[in-house]
Amino acid sequence: MWALIAAGCLGGVAGVLAGLFGVGGGILFVPTLTLVLGLSQLHAEATSLLAILPAAFVGAWRQRAYGNVRLRPALVLGVAAIGGVEAGVQIAQLLPGDVLRRLFGVLMLVVAAQIAWRAWRGPAYAS
Amino acid sequence: MRLVAIGLLAGLFSALFGVGGGTVVVPLLLLVAHYEERPAMATSLAAVAMISLVGAVTYSLHGEVKPAAAAVVGLPAAAGAVVGTALQQQLANRTLSIAFAALLAALGVRMLV
Repeated sequence: MWALIAAGCLGGVAGVLAGLFGVGGGILFVPTLTLVLGLSQLHAEATSLLAILPAAFVGAWRQRAYGNVRLRPALVLGVAAIGGVEAGVQIAQLLPGDVLRRLFGVLMLVVAAQIAWRAWRGPAYAS
Repeated sequence: MRLVAIGLLAGLFSALFGVGGGTVVVPLLLLVAHYEERPAMATSLAAVAMISLVGAVTYSLHGEVKPAAAAVVGLPAAAGAVVGTALQQQLANRTLSIAFAALLAALGVRMLV
């Protein structure tokens, strides 16, 4: 029972992050599903894709009401990403995952620094 | 064209590292497509909805999705998303960027250790 309540609370937090930053929330969903609800890694990753759907659709609907969603770009991004996933699945089987993971970690730190720097200096936006 | 490249990269990274597409889409919309924070994050969320829908259907066909567990975390998350999007409208662009950068940095560190 407590596990269900804890999982629900973590799900709620993941939803706040999803709405706030436009990310999927898999960051929190996957560990919650494995550590709190005891799913295997594969089942957790698959299940997190279903779990994010209500939050992503509700969040996108709210954002549409706030006038922030650019619909055509979202469609283009979504369709292209689905193609990218197919390619990624093929490549994942050929390359050593551990090295890639570390490279991606470094890349994320660099990008984070760049976004913070840009915010700090006051960015020039495209209209 | 730029959006196609961003989408492809997001899909590629998400398949390779199991990160959500959003952690790739939002930075690229901000830094490459020069979107403002709110449109970048809102547009990313709409794209994530599509990507997850296709992913969930694909995995469901393989029988790897646990619907009950998905409901336990996913339904509270939908309520959370209403709160998150409302909160986002109250925050300054700079605050959003810096908070998002902190989230990315935390993820980056987690992938390194």
